[in-house]
Amino acid sequence: MKIVVTVKLVPDTNADKRIDPGTKRLVRTGIETVLNPFDEYAIEAALQLKEKRNDGSTVTIFTMAPETGKEIVRKALAMGADDAVMLSDPKLEGSDVAGTSYAMAAALKKVGYDLLLCGTQSTDAITGEVPGMLAEYLGVPGLTYVRKLESDGELLKAQRETETGYIDVAVKPPVLISVTKSINEPRYPSLKGIMGAKKKEIKSLALSDLGLERAVGSDGAKTEVIALASPDVRGKGKVVTVADGAEGASAIVDFLKEKKLI
Amino acid sequence: MQATRTKPLDFYNIDEFFTPEQRQIRDTVREFVDERVLPIIDDAWMEGRFPSEIVAELAALGVFGPTLPEEYGCAGLDNIAYGLIMQELERGDSGLRSFASVQGSLVMYPIYSFGSEEQRRRWLPALASGEKFGCFGLTEPDYGSNPAGMLTRARRKGDGWVLNGSKMWITNGSRADVAVVWAKTDDGDESSVRGFLVERGMRGFTARDQKGKHSLRASDTSELAFTDVELPADAILPKSGGLKSPLMCLTQARYGIAWGALGAAIACFEQALEYSKTREVFGAPLGAKQIQQERLAEMLTEITKGQLLAYHLGRLKDAGVATPQQVSLAKRNNVDIACDVARKCRRMLGANGILAEYNPMRHMANLESVYTYEGTHDVHALILGQALTGFNAF
Ligand SMILES: Cc1cc2nc3c(=O)[nH]c(=O)nc-3n(C[C@H](O)[C@H](O)[C@H](O)COP(=O)(O)OP(=O)(O)OC[C@H]3O[C@@H](n4cnc5c(N)ncnc54)[C@H](O)[C@@H]3O)c2cc1C
Ligand SMILES: Cc1cc2nc3c(=O)[nH]c(=O)nc-3n(C[C@H](O)[C@H](O)[C@H](O)COP(=O)(O)OP(=O)(O)OC[C@H]3O[C@@H](n4cnc5c(N)ncnc54)[C@H](O)[C@@H]3O)c2cc1C
Repeated sequence: MKIVVTVKLVPDTNADKRIDPGTKRLVRTGIETVLNPFDEYAIEAALQLKEKRNDGSTVTIFTMAPETGKEIVRKALAMGADDAVMLSDPKLEGSDVAGTSYAMAAALKKVGYDLLLCGTQSTDAITGEVPGMLAEYLGVPGLTYVRKLESDGELLKAQRETETGYIDVAVKPPVLISVTKSINEPRYPSLKGIMGAKKKEIKSLALSDLGLERAVGSDGAKTEVIALASPDVRGKGKVVTVADGAEGASAIVDFLKEKKLI
Repeated sequence: MQATRTKPLDFYNIDEFFTPEQRQIRDTVREFVDERVLPIIDDAWMEGRFPSEIVAELAALGVFGPTLPEEYGCAGLDNIAYGLIMQELERGDSGLRSFASVQGSLVMYPIYSFGSEEQRRRWLPALASGEKFGCFGLTEPDYGSNPAGMLTRARRKGDGWVLNGSKMWITNGSRADVAVVWAKTDDGDESSVRGFLVERGMRGFTARDQKGKHSLRASDTSELAFTDVELPADAILPKSGGLKSPLMCLTQARYGIAWGALGAAIACFEQALEYSKTREVFGAPLGAKQIQQERLAEMLTEITKGQLLAYHLGRLKDAGVATPQQVSLAKRNNVDIACDVARKCRRMLGANGILAEYNPMRHMANLESVYTYEGTHDVHALILGQALTGFNAF
């Protein structure tokens, strides 16, 4: 089985993030880039599946990111993936979710896959929309929010999280599956794995390799960011010191009345 | 998860000179320590217990004997990467780093350097994978700084040997499946010292933990006793010869300690720095007071000097030209400044500084062992003095 894991490179989740008011895009320079933490669960799921099947299945990492992200892709390889493909092109800059998914789909058709594993969401834009759109563009079933995944002969058995419980689904590849954090505990790359990753292949694809039928990047964006604002800073709460519960209750009632809430 | 780690203290941008692999190795161990060690270490230390629950994961990472070749199940890393691993482990606790130092530099290294091919194949993969543990027995109750005086003897008997004597202060002793024991053979002098692989369960070999330590509490320290232990012919490390063999092992371990001590110092420093920004005294943060700023500046300076020392020593070692005396200088300096930094940080934290939930006092207490083992501070001064003057002042 050819397993491909889509991995986004995101700014360090600890770093202070800033939006450029001109372009209305996240400033990515001067911030360390890391693997999208959610995608580590997808990588782990892929590796576990490969190890369990033990039938020559392979794990390929796929990312759409600038070439400078190569060093970060190696981290995914250090965890145990076999190889990687990077779709890099300056013309991809400014892609919206639809553009991102469209370009990724075109590249993934070239790469080929039986199982496509994604994280649930990124930690920068956090739309959580890429997996769904990607499945649509690829014309394969998309099983999102999967918290359990097993392979059973021809079939993959997945358990999807819902708001009230879960749904068990069995599916025949090709298929796209996005996994949640409850699916596993991602491994640490081993030191040997880190050294071995140096020798693994990272293939590059550019837009000219894909033969797209529509523009991507900022030119092809169907959405436009009009305004950005920070939420209002919440002031300090009002602390009332009272003698007992009854006095406290009337203090609350007075406060609500004053705000014309009751 | 890789994204949650904290940035290492690096005032002189030494990071830029590390290879991407060295950085990633450092970051991986750092993350492991943040997530797996720091949450449990205070309790383990207070209970006087080695946190054995994390050993399997440490082994899976590959921190045991990481510089040895891949054909023995090791990672084949360079010495700077090795140093960075030791730094990060000791940022967690000196006991943890001691465990890894012993397993790698004091057990796997001699088996690799002085062992037969059969001994290598039998032990190295098992030690690298954490399936087996080892200890290193050189020190005796009456011979610490002066191991040449050791009383432990291995006498020929048929093809094999009979071992008698005792060792003390042996890290991992009670946990070890195999002890690398240094003994004089027959009635020879220090040139007759040879290494032997003594296995747990051999008749006449016992190990007992030493209790009541105020330092390195999250590490086992044991006494080993050998009473007419019959060793087979293949127990001897065939290529060991003279006291210089164990001293070569110590040079490996001391190199790692020069990095490790910085880890402990950095851990204390980072906590004190953070504290100085939040703790208010006389209406202002502690860090806004000149005395404390000077203290912080001095600590930063010493740590940075230590980092440059360790980094350059690593480069010398990777080039194959580092001398034991250069290693002595770095061990001596970096442990000494780490002791000092830990104590300063302890004091900056006021009363909180004596609590287990803050790390400086634990590191401060641990570092007293590090100051003493692997050649005391004084012993390294005498090594350097001898290198400078030619006079042996021991
Ligand atoms: C300031 C700002 C403004 C934005 N404005 C718009 C806008 O106006 N309109 C709009 O549509 N979008 C906008 N975006 C979203 C941006 O285009 C997304 O970063 C991008 O489309 C990916 O979506 P996501 O990060 O939400 O991924 P998610 O859908 O949250 O990610 C889910 C999973 O998809 C996969 N994935 C996502 N991206 C990649 C990738 N590049 N390579 C490989 N795998 C990937 C990963 O497996 C990931 O776990 C904006 C983002 C920012 C930061
Ligand atoms: C926690 C811990 C773990 C250890 N683990 C191991 C281990 O795994 N394996 C092992 O073999 N050993 C181990 N040791 C032992 C350690 O290496 C010795 O304790 C050390 O070498 C010092 O020996 P000593 O304690 O006998 O001190 P001594 O040699 O008695 O020294 C006492 C004092 O005299 C000073 N001194 C010594 N010689 C001179 C001199 N010529 N001139 C001036 N001053 C001098 C010393 O600096 C010291 O201050 C460990 C020790 C500790 C505390």
